[in-house]
Amino acid sequence: MGKLFAVIVFVIALLSAIPIITHSWFGSGISFALPEDISTHGHAIDEQLSETMVEAGLSFLAAQFVLAFFVWKFSNRQANAEIKTFPGGAKGLVIAALVLVGTEMLALGILGQKAWAAVYFTPAKPDAIQVQAQAGQFAFYFRYPGADGKFGSLHPDKIDEGNSNFFGLDPANDIDSRDDIVTGELAIPINREVHLMMHAKDVGHSFYVRELRIQQDFVPGLDLSVHFTATKVGKYEIVCTQLCGLGHYNMKAYLSVLSQEDFDAWMKQKASEQ
Amino acid sequence: MATTIQPPETESKEPRLDNGNSGGGGLRNLGPTNGSLKLVEDFSPEPSRTGVWVGLAAITMSFAAFTSALIVRQSTANDWHHLTIPSIVFFNTVVLLASSVTLEIARRRVAEFARGRTANRSTPLVWLSATLLLGFVFVAGQYIAWQQLRGEGLYLASNPNSSFFYVLTAIHALHVLGGLAGLMRVIYILRRPVLSLRRSTMDATSYYWHFMGVLWLYVLLVIWIKL
Amino acid sequence: MSDGVVPAVPTTADVVHHHQPPQSFIRKYVFSLDHKVIGKQYYGLALVAVFIGMVLSWLMRIHLVWPNWPIPGLGLLSKVGAPGGVMTPEYYLSILTMHGTLMVFFVLTNAPFAAFGNYFLPIQIGAEDMAFPRFNMMSFWTTFLAFCILIAAFFVGDGPPIAGWTSYAPLSAVGADAGPGQGFGQTLWGLSIFVFCIASLLGSLNFIATTLDLRTRGMTLSRMPICTWAWFITSCIALLAFAVLLPACLLLILDRVAGTSFFIPAGLVISDRLQPHSGGSPLLWQHLFWFFGHPEVYIAILPAMGIVSHILINSMRRPLLSHKVIIYCMMGIGFLSYMVWGHHMFVSGMNPFSSLMFSFPTLVITIPATIMTLIWLGSLYGSRLRITAASLFALGFISMFVSGGVSGFFLAQPSIDIYLHATYFVVGHFHMVMGVAAIFGVFAGTYFWFPKMTGHMMNESLGKLHFWLTFIGTYCIFMPFHYLGLAGNVRRYSAFVDDFLVPLIPVHRFITIAALCTGAAQLIFLYNLIHSRFRGAPAPDNPWECTSLEWIMPSPPPFDNFGGKHVVVYHDPYQYGVKSSTGDYLMQNSPEQVEART
Repeated sequence: MGKLFAVIVFVIALLSAIPIITHSWFGSGISFALPEDISTHGHAIDEQLSETMVEAGLSFLAAQFVLAFFVWKFSNRQANAEIKTFPGGAKGLVIAALVLVGTEMLALGILGQKAWAAVYFTPAKPDAIQVQAQAGQFAFYFRYPGADGKFGSLHPDKIDEGNSNFFGLDPANDIDSRDDIVTGELAIPINREVHLMMHAKDVGHSFYVRELRIQQDFVPGLDLSVHFTATKVGKYEIVCTQLCGLGHYNMKAYLSVLSQEDFDAWMKQKASEQ
Repeated sequence: MATTIQPPETESKEPRLDNGNSGGGGLRNLGPTNGSLKLVEDFSPEPSRTGVWVGLAAITMSFAAFTSALIVRQSTANDWHHLTIPSIVFFNTVVLLASSVTLEIARRRVAEFARGRTANRSTPLVWLSATLLLGFVFVAGQYIAWQQLRGEGLYLASNPNSSFFYVLTAIHALHVLGGLAGLMRVIYILRRPVLSLRRSTMDATSYYWHFMGVLWLYVLLVIWIKL
Repeated sequence: MSDGVVPAVPTTADVVHHHQPPQSFIRKYVFSLDHKVIGKQYYGLALVAVFIGMVLSWLMRIHLVWPNWPIPGLGLLSKVGAPGGVMTPEYYLSILTMHGTLMVFFVLTNAPFAAFGNYFLPIQIGAEDMAFPRFNMMSFWTTFLAFCILIAAFFVGDGPPIAGWTSYAPLSAVGADAGPGQGFGQTLWGLSIFVFCIASLLGSLNFIATTLDLRTRGMTLSRMPICTWAWFITSCIALLAFAVLLPACLLLILDRVAGTSFFIPAGLVISDRLQPHSGGSPLLWQHLFWFFGHPEVYIAILPAMGIVSHILINSMRRPLLSHKVIIYCMMGIGFLSYMVWGHHMFVSGMNPFSSLMFSFPTLVITIPATIMTLIWLGSLYGSRLRITAASLFALGFISMFVSGGVSGFFLAQPSIDIYLHATYFVVGHFHMVMGVAAIFGVFAGTYFWFPKMTGHMMNESLGKLHFWLTFIGTYCIFMPFHYLGLAGNVRRYSAFVDDFLVPLIPVHRFITIAALCTGAAQLIFLYNLIHSRFRGAPAPDNPWECTSLEWIMPSPPPFDNFGGKHVVVYHDPYQYGVKSSTGDYLMQNSPEQVEART
């Protein structure tokens, strides 16, 4: 039965590797590939992911194969078969682990910094488009500052979903909020940096756009933001990834990346709809 | 990697004299069978002492968690309103520290008693009872402190400072009540006709009680500086 | 002569509190002070919890792929949550929360640690019982109380909480406004975990004091078996971790019922109501929770590592390449486990610099884990491996631990975590290490120690069949989770309606079928357990020819473990591959001397 174990482990290891290598579910056409990267910072993340996949994949296969091989060879031997010690003993293995894993981890850790820094350690450019996103049970809304370039202040007690006052604006008393544009869709122009300010209305939510390689939690009480630049026109899903209640699975919006002209036209139209 | 030790000793079939829970690996102090008081010389290491240190480590960790919650909470919003410590708290502090003194006296008397240097059991009992009384006075005093705060309109949810004040002092008081239960148990054992109080039990109970005093000083410091 | 009464001269019999065997049924089987009975009680509780948790997982998997199919009987459990047997989205989240809570606390902390540890730690160090038998009894019954409080959440108001086992604030802290299940159900959850923490602290206290103080003559720390070390290290971790969860739960309960604002900031509008709280920090909950939560997962895996090491050595008929290195690695893992909690919070809004600070120790913790894996593998080389149900699960553990561990390489890096956080990749990772590897440790321990605990042998053929079905089945369930995660499949969704998720549903269907089949296979284990308990072949003292102290006495051991005798220990616990009068092994308490192995 030891040999059976070896064979099964070997087969499972190979089968497990196939969907990784082919990026699909055993020829069914269902793709596991990362969606195309439409951001300026995403390639660093994708590279990091690929490198890690190679290292993790090789470690996984090597360990499973060694396990299979040793069980095959050394199970159910004769009762008086000689007991052998692995060459190098524990010391060799400890050194191997320290050296291999140590350098691997250092490399991943240090190299991975750059991708992280690109997202989090660089501030948004001063001419980035300002948009505010509000996450609430169970929808995303977005607000643009309008012609005056200023956001009106938020008044939670004035929130009135029935009258589409999702943000709790007070245009009667707050001049800045009079030209704010509120939409259910996030439209941005291509190749221009967007500074997305994130406000949580009720509980924790998260902003996740796979193609943008962006994920950031909305935390009630905290002023958080992300910035990014999209490089391809198209419509992409924004989904909530922080458990927020019964509608969590359905909480989504669309990111529309438009050409500059289309974006300007869209803004004009939205402004007139306010 | 065979690691055998020196000449094997035959397995000892003598009954153990310490709850069957001895360790240490060395020659055991198998006490004389003539029934003298020396029988209760305890054998180290005794689990009660290790146990109490372990328990105190856990309690320390909990209060560390409360402290970091306090520090973080203070930094997240501008609603920190310093409160005045109710005046009775200082009296309570003196009472608690005094109870540590009385307990220490009691503990030493018990040790002498256990070593057979004295047959006097009432002295340690008096000091233990004094400790117990002071302990109850402390808890009652803490209750009065809460009353004083409520008199000022500061309840549990009034502001974060008051929240932490109540939480820290209440949790400490709860542990003090636990300590009082331990003291009552020691008194009960000491009053039994047949002597069976082990020094380790007495010591463990004392360490716990003294720690309550130390912990209180810490809580007071935190309250004074932060709240 | 003062009135401090000189007592009648006490005799040995008066002073000594010998463990007298209990006579009444209640004392023997219910409120028992015997660590062996308590260990079995923990095991029984874990068995009930895992069964409930497993059924809950079936319900989730069925709902995900056949959402409109009425599940028979579900409507009876909750008319509101599953009218006509069709689950509502909120009930899915309730089931998700209870599944996680039951499995992490009542199965993974109970079975490998409290159950086996309670039963075997005292015996393996040569003691008669734990240091504090009454605390031990209290810790089990307190755990049982916590279990009852948790299960009660199924039957109150609008049901169990929906905030996940991680119970993030403010969803978990604001109260009923946040949604169904967030009323009394969530408070019960908080209370249950609060009580569980107390039970766990009592248990850890016992383990630590017992290991340090009750070792028998000759049993130095370095002569303790690896599983004893694992239980000891785990109890040290648990002591400090649960001591932090306790205050966290208290503060959460206060936010819910007393109007405090530890975790709830101002200005939240939930269900059209402005919440009357202000100033609190949701991140504070996350920090407190994960400061406990990360060590908790090592509490789940370390005992399994110890049990597996112990069984492997016995099955291989040779010691590991280095006993000391394994123990130092376990200590290293325990120590590092306290430095990595922020890796659950990379995109939480925490200072991004902190994310890097947490990433490094998370990567470093790979090193002791790798060393251990290499030592296990390297020790297989040249061994005389015996294949039994127990050793199969031990070998399976290695495979699973590797699989679950390598996905950690990805998640440890904040930049990659931006993409993989909150996807099925994470769910695959932790299920493989906790839900499979740790459970394999429990299975291995069961097959290995069942003869000793009950006096009967389990059916080996059924055990092996159980292994094959479970090994293949769990790979079929959890390996695809990683692929789904790479595609961005978000977790904790009760349905897959988003454009990019719909195409992935056929993979989920495969997983569901695998889950149901693997679940059914566990019935073989359950049958084997029950049947063998009553009809299994009588077990000899030492069926596996194992060297540690639990095997020197008959199966099951007598009430006081060693029949009133002092055990004296002469050797380290892994004298295998020697030529002795007993065969190729030497019991730890045997005075026989053998040639040192080269």
